Amino acid sequence: MRLRYLTLTGVAFFSAFPLYYSVVVASRHNSALAQVPPPLLPGGNFFANVARVFDTVPFGLALLNSLIVAGSISVAVMFFSTLAGFAFAKLRFRGKNIMLVITVATMMVPAQLGIIPLYMLMVKLEWTGTNYALIVPALVNAFGVFFMTQYLSRALPTELLEAGRVDGCTTWGLFWHVVLPTARPAAAVLGMLTFMSAWNDYFWPLVVLNPDNPTVQVALSTLASGYVNDYVLGLAGTAVGTLPLVLVFALFGKQIIGGIMQGAVKG
Amino acid sequence: MSTLPLAVTRRRRRGVRHTLDTRVSPYAYVAPFFLLFCAFGLFPLVYTAWVSLHEWTLLSDTQTFIGLGNYGTLLADGYFWNATFNTLSIGILSTVPQLVLAVWLAHLLNKRLRFATLFRISLLLPNVTSVVAVVVIFSQLFGRDFGLINWVLGGLGAGQIDWAAGTATSHLALSVMIMWRWTGYNALIFLAAMQAVPRELYEAATLDGASNLKQLRKITIPMIRPTIIFVVIVSTIGAMQIIAEPMLFGQSTGSGGGLATGGPDRQFQTLALFVYEQGFANSTFDFGYASAASWLMFLAVVIVAGINFLLTRRVKGGLV
Repeated sequence: MRLRYLTLTGVAFFSAFPLYYSVVVASRHNSALAQVPPPLLPGGNFFANVARVFDTVPFGLALLNSLIVAGSISVAVMFFSTLAGFAFAKLRFRGKNIMLVITVATMMVPAQLGIIPLYMLMVKLEWTGTNYALIVPALVNAFGVFFMTQYLSRALPTELLEAGRVDGCTTWGLFWHVVLPTARPAAAVLGMLTFMSAWNDYFWPLVVLNPDNPTVQVALSTLASGYVNDYVLGLAGTAVGTLPLVLVFALFGKQIIGGIMQGAVKG
Repeated sequence: MSTLPLAVTRRRRRGVRHTLDTRVSPYAYVAPFFLLFCAFGLFPLVYTAWVSLHEWTLLSDTQTFIGLGNYGTLLADGYFWNATFNTLSIGILSTVPQLVLAVWLAHLLNKRLRFATLFRISLLLPNVTSVVAVVVIFSQLFGRDFGLINWVLGGLGAGQIDWAAGTATSHLALSVMIMWRWTGYNALIFLAAMQAVPRELYEAATLDGASNLKQLRKITIPMIRPTIIFVVIVSTIGAMQIIAEPMLFGQSTGSGGGLATGGPDRQFQTLALFVYEQGFANSTFDFGYASAASWLMFLAVVIVAGINFLLTRRVKGGLV
């Protein structure tokens, strides 16, 4: 019993420590890193280092870009996933089951394989270097559709829909007046999950964006690569780019975890 | 038609609209996903195969059909095999201990527990951290001269390890990063499955005097086998595509050799990174060659995922 708490506390420590230590380094001066023993408490240099980050890369622009991209993707994913989830969970149409199976199967497709044609497509559309290249392909995804399908088939009473029908509601009317209010808690969790993964996305933005118009993650990698021995600079940027998300997570962690665990169980 | 009373036409028209509404509109609701997947998922995948049969670069406007030529060159390319080896090595090193650890952690969490939410949140904290942040942070921790890990190891009597320089050490460092980011997430997935296992099974086993470990082996694991299979497949597919970690590790440790080579001696270049190098980081922008490598990678993903599926299915269970 006591061993279990001890183990879990140890694991929790190892989960949190690297993040804590990154703040320690980010709030120090580069020379402090050479000390023996290494510093284990935060210093007073954090804001000076963050200012240096903004001087080195266009970090303000990067934050804005990430906010726009992750924000629009989240809203779109919430909307389209709820729409498709409603159809899969509660409407009758030919080929429904096979379409749902295909949707789930697409989650297994290794996305990285198509990266070269996807890039060529973006060149053709003249979207390279713009946020469209990040937003449009991500407007809806299989995970979101599956997630909302599962939630709505459990949480949306069929009688409520039938009552709506009797009152003369069209399918769209049902979606608007009955489904959306019911879907709100799950859609909110989906939105947060989507926002986090869009905010953290790195490889595709790196390929398709220019360094002078980056997202946060692309700017961070520039920071970390161009100034190889300046760990303080890299970690100060990391802290600014990561802490907002960690904060959101700390506040809504319970709901987010509930969402992840619900998405995992097959309905 | 003109002889029909007005009311009947109206009813019929309403009937058509009603049919449209109930029969057709569901397709419109699921259409956005399928359209988007076809345009940005399926089409690129299929087109990759077409490109791979050509001599095709970003710089030239003409493309020559060369059949399987790119594949022949690839199979004779030592760098390709090196990347394949690295991918498998990092994949095994990171996935196997990670999943064992995740099952065990889920088992520990699947009891009445004080601070349960706090433990779960701290487990998922690494997963909220971006891959860039993870590698930047761990590159500092794994630093040769001033890294915390070498400092601790030095206290235990080990010498200064240049983690990024060696094949084995760099694979180990990368695996630690991947495990740190994903173990907690997978533990929560396992936990969700474990919570669906009927409590009575454990109560009966406890009455029969089965130990904790025996309960895990004989009840929990057989009961959550579908989830284990699912997680193993997803993790395998993820592990075969690892790219950001080696890319950033090479950059932020300053071990030289450029963005995409995975260290000066390609000691940690993965397959996905090899594809990126050929397509985007090389001066030739060889899309044809990179596409061929993509398809061989796809083949490797399918084979390895298939093997793992068969292996996991054979996991012995006492009950089912």
